Amino acid sequence: MNKEQQYIYKEDNLTDSEPNKFNYNELKSEEMIINLGPQHPSTHGVLRLEVLSDGEIIKDVVPHIGYLHRCFEKHAERLPYNQVIPFVDRMDYVAAMNSEHAYAMGVERMMGITDQIPKRVEYIRVLVAEMNRIASHLIAVGTYGLDLGAFTPFFWIMRDREHILRLLEWVSGARMLYNYIWIGGLFYDLPVGFEQRCREFINYFTPKVGELETLLVNNKIFIDRTANVGVLPLNLAINSGITGPMLRGSGLRFDLRRVDGYSVYPELEFEIPIGEGKMGTVGDCWDRTWVRVREIYESLRIMRQCLDKLEGEHKRTRDFDPQSVVPKKIRPKAQELYVRAENPKGELGFYFIADGKSDIPFRCKARACSFVNLSVLPELSRGVLIADLIAILGSIDIVLGEVDR
Amino acid sequence: MSDHKERIKELISRVVGEPVSEIPNSTPAGYVVPKETLFRVCSELRTHPDTYFDMLSNISGVDRGPEAGTLEVVYHLYSIPFHFSLSIKVVLSREQAAVESLVPVWKSANWLEREVYDMFGIQFKNHPDLRRILMPADWNGFPLLKDYQQDETYRGVKIEY
Repeated sequence: MNKEQQYIYKEDNLTDSEPNKFNYNELKSEEMIINLGPQHPSTHGVLRLEVLSDGEIIKDVVPHIGYLHRCFEKHAERLPYNQVIPFVDRMDYVAAMNSEHAYAMGVERMMGITDQIPKRVEYIRVLVAEMNRIASHLIAVGTYGLDLGAFTPFFWIMRDREHILRLLEWVSGARMLYNYIWIGGLFYDLPVGFEQRCREFINYFTPKVGELETLLVNNKIFIDRTANVGVLPLNLAINSGITGPMLRGSGLRFDLRRVDGYSVYPELEFEIPIGEGKMGTVGDCWDRTWVRVREIYESLRIMRQCLDKLEGEHKRTRDFDPQSVVPKKIRPKAQELYVRAENPKGELGFYFIADGKSDIPFRCKARACSFVNLSVLPELSRGVLIADLIAILGSIDIVLGEVDR
Repeated sequence: MSDHKERIKELISRVVGEPVSEIPNSTPAGYVVPKETLFRVCSELRTHPDTYFDMLSNISGVDRGPEAGTLEVVYHLYSIPFHFSLSIKVVLSREQAAVESLVPVWKSANWLEREVYDMFGIQFKNHPDLRRILMPADWNGFPLLKDYQQDETYRGVKIEY
């Protein structure tokens, strides 16, 4: 082998690249440090938790993140605006459509072409984004059950999610990382016959959510594991910047789709479910899961309305071009803009700085909802049992691709 | 809405002690405040009944490049009761990049400030736990600086782009 040797043994290589925050030598006699992850199924990816415990009781948790850091912001400073979209997909990889929607919306606002986007394009965007929201919530609820020892719901949600992924694959050509929503338009119009198939899916899927509810969410064992566990008070949630189903689970009716009213959401009817403390206290793990399940119903409702519009007012026509507004050259005027949108996991924000002279962003910062939501974990889990830590972590619903970017 | 904006501007100017300048072409509108007054401005914005910015959405660092010689930290605030967004910017010199931490005002500042420190090397004074967050603890340099040069190897392993 004439290959260059890549790795040489050195004493130095054995030191920690991510040292513990707590020092072994300074612990009290009853305390110990338990390392959870990074390779552990209940951490939903590569998350390492350094747990300082006293027997079964947790004294402190220190999350160590960054194992999946792929330099999104550095890449974005090197690429034209439209070529950043595939990187945006890979942030929250179970809800790529929603992230694309937020990103495209931000660049369109900078270009000042928001009003010119055809209504049909906007309805298709909302339709696919809501489908992806359902897929993301299914993953959240199903894997949460898996964390708590309920094995069957996971297979059920994977079966139903597969239908969504197949439909989205038909639309965009990819199962998870779509690059479908473009700045100013879409990659393609919906395929012929999609609306019909989508309605079939809705009719098939609506009773299945009820089954999932009966099997998992209203299950006695599940309630025992999640009710009154990990209670997040509303004032702490707001102060910690928590958004999405977690904030709504704590009892605040706050949804950016309604509050900001972006895209065509003001024209659609939907409810915003909030945690009511039905099984325990407002803001516990059960409430957060319940809010997600209710949101699946609301997303289905939005999908139905979108399909009505796409088959009625904004019907497919022979000369419809989804790329009619796509700019030939994306060079926004010099400005700063913060755009935010409601992702399945919370508020996804993009902060752009354009210098007005080039086609690449001067700065593109992503405010990831999972990142901010995860930061409340130490506050939630002080004084609980180790088994409850897993329950709390699962209920936050993080995707490590987005935490680390 | 513009009344509300004017009131916020007056409030910030009163705390700072001199009129503040607006960030040009910024959405949402925002103001540049001197770094010494940042903490007082932000606690006032959070607690004052006319503004009540109860949520800190985002903190981003910005490097204007070695020629300009400045780093910036941009805070995006949001008020749920008033449905109003605001950005606050501080300008720092590259040599002495340090600013007061906002963790006592908003808890969400904790990780967001750590990320800014990790990427730009900006120090946050009185931060409870200022460690690197995304990069390894023994990583050399701050990657999002415009003049960042990465090492050829990390622990004897080649870093390839």
